[in-house]
Amino acid sequence: MFSVPLPLASGEREEILKIVGDILKNHAANRENLIPILQQVQAKLGYLPGPAMEKIAAASGVPAVDLYGLATFYNQFRLHPPGKHRVNVCMGTACYMAGGRIALDSFERRLKIKEGETTPDRNFSLERVACVGCCTMAPVVVVDDKVEGRVTPTRVDGILLECGASNGAAGEAPAAENTPAGREQAEGAQRS
Amino acid sequence: MSEKVTLTIDGREIRAAAGGKLLWAALDNGIYIPNLCAVRERVRPAASCRLCFVEVEGSAAPVTACTQPVKDGLVVRTRSERVDRLVRSAFELLLSDHRLQCRECPANRSCGLQKIARERGLKLRLTRLKPLPKEAAIDESAAAFSFDRSRCVLCGRCIWVDREVAKVGAIGFTRRGLERTVTTFEDETLAESICNECGLCVHACPVGALYFKQPE
Repeated sequence: MFSVPLPLASGEREEILKIVGDILKNHAANRENLIPILQQVQAKLGYLPGPAMEKIAAASGVPAVDLYGLATFYNQFRLHPPGKHRVNVCMGTACYMAGGRIALDSFERRLKIKEGETTPDRNFSLERVACVGCCTMAPVVVVDDKVEGRVTPTRVDGILLECGASNGAAGEAPAAENTPAGREQAEGAQRS
Repeated sequence: MSEKVTLTIDGREIRAAAGGKLLWAALDNGIYIPNLCAVRERVRPAASCRLCFVEVEGSAAPVTACTQPVKDGLVVRTRSERVDRLVRSAFELLLSDHRLQCRECPANRSCGLQKIARERGLKLRLTRLKPLPKEAAIDESAAAFSFDRSRCVLCGRCIWVDREVAKVGAIGFTRRGLERTVTTFEDETLAESICNECGLCVHACPVGALYFKQPE
């Protein structure tokens, strides 16, 4: 039922705490400012990691679980870091009716994550969006900035293959290299 | 709080301390009004269970008794067609995602839902709604008690005592809509969280969501 936060790499925690500390300097840490503070943290980090919420909680005297409550209440907040490839599945009315749910389920099964989560190697993050404005192509999936129309489960496999293939073609490591955590986990996965 | 006001509930004249809420004035005088989320000491009532509706003379629509201040000359009826409809619907909505297996429940016979059903002649089963069971593992990590979310009615009483009496702040409401739930920070188990296992929340729970492993 519950999604588990991704582990942080060494050094990542310190970096997060420093950024949050800087943001907290510009705000009175009271209840009214919690949402603007969370928004700025997410603007800097791309998501709301646990240590960030704990630090804001400590500074404001609000229980950490209330920060978590805010972060899970509003759709705009992410609890997982954005992946190297960001998959947005449209759940607007047209796409929903045309089988958007099936496309989302296919991504969830293939990537072994739920909507709103990121794969442990941080290669893919999966999200739902409400209408991207090209309903004639329903069901629509936007991968990074590329719009994919009439997405079937077979096409889901194709999309993922293309993302993986483009990694290999560019001679990059198979895992996300944008974070130390991604690197470490990828190495761990290769060893095992 | 020596100042008293006089009000009428179901034709009975009642004297109550000024500034109090109608729900407690009624309950203190043996007049039953259904409730789940009410806490007497709570300054701003949650009014989230939607079960304590009454008719107040002068109000166009039924009001929640837990938020209605007592006033001199207030005329209240605890039952009416409109009130019964509201309470029946709210009650059935609560039941729709509550695991209804009373015989297996540690709160059997002491349950707030059973009391309301008995007092108001409501059925402890769904007649109009489809069941929507919550799927969640039972948190048995604490030494003395367990937390079964499939029985939780989201009244928030456990959260209130956790904050205002125990002064811990380990649990709170998270998520939204049908996923609304009581959890700890990042959904840790109670043992992993800052919970000190004082057990006050277990006493506050009106149903069998939080329960002692050994019956008291």
